Amino acid sequence: MTVDDAAERLDRAFTALGDPVRRAMIARLSRGEATVNELAEPFPITKQAVSRHIQVLEAAGLITRSRDAQRRPCHLNAAALEELTGWIDRYRLAIEQQHRRLDAVLETIKEQEK
Amino acid sequence: MNETTITAQPGTPFIDVVREFDATPAQVYRAWTDPELIPQWLGPHGVTMELIEYDATTGGRYRYIHRDADGEYGFRGVFHVVVPNQRIVQTFQYDGSPDEVSLETLTFEDLGGRTRVRTHSVFGSVESRDGMVASGMETGQRDSMARLDEVLARAGNR
Repeated sequence: MTVDDAAERLDRAFTALGDPVRRAMIARLSRGEATVNELAEPFPITKQAVSRHIQVLEAAGLITRSRDAQRRPCHLNAAALEELTGWIDRYRLAIEQQHRRLDAVLETIKEQEK
Repeated sequence: MNETTITAQPGTPFIDVVREFDATPAQVYRAWTDPELIPQWLGPHGVTMELIEYDATTGGRYRYIHRDADGEYGFRGVFHVVVPNQRIVQTFQYDGSPDEVSLETLTFEDLGGRTRVRTHSVFGSVESRDGMVASGMETGQRDSMARLDEVLARAGNR
């Protein structure tokens, strides 16, 4: 996997999540699989609009749909979400390392002021 | 341990970082503005920092260069507003993308002996915000590669 592929996948995933309805759908699916009708229930939007949202999430690799069962439930793609959190975690790690060095500098300042 | 909270809502051009420090606002402010102290902590792990200019006063400016095995990375900006021990509003720019300038507002909140620092960064677009976070990812990968090199070098010398 090249860095560019990963970056493109991240772009798609973040674009997909840049919508409150789709974020709510992801939150719902984090509690277990759901059918299109179940996902549509909390929203005052057409079934067509719900299907479009699901297609965007599917294209971004964030969810998958069972091919066999007639009700075709949606599932969360845990690996894709882990990639997203891993991405923010690396950024967090870089900042956290910086903050720990700042902690050490502050300890030195406090020693000097004693 | 003090936890760093980073919020980067999808589809927005903002990054919010919140962290508490076991020191007074005056001490944290000093670590954040003293040119002698800045190179001791600012920037990613494993890079050296050359501070060329760091005048943390209203209308002042800063410029520094990070160096690692792969090259140099220059950063610069101006201090728009500096209120000692309370607030800093500054611009931030990477020389590699001079058209992307972000605006950072730092606030130092007195918690009675402790200080909560909030950094609110506003980027010109969602894309440049995402690019900034992604560069953190690349730095992380560079760090990992460098560590791997060290491990391999040690193994080779055995």
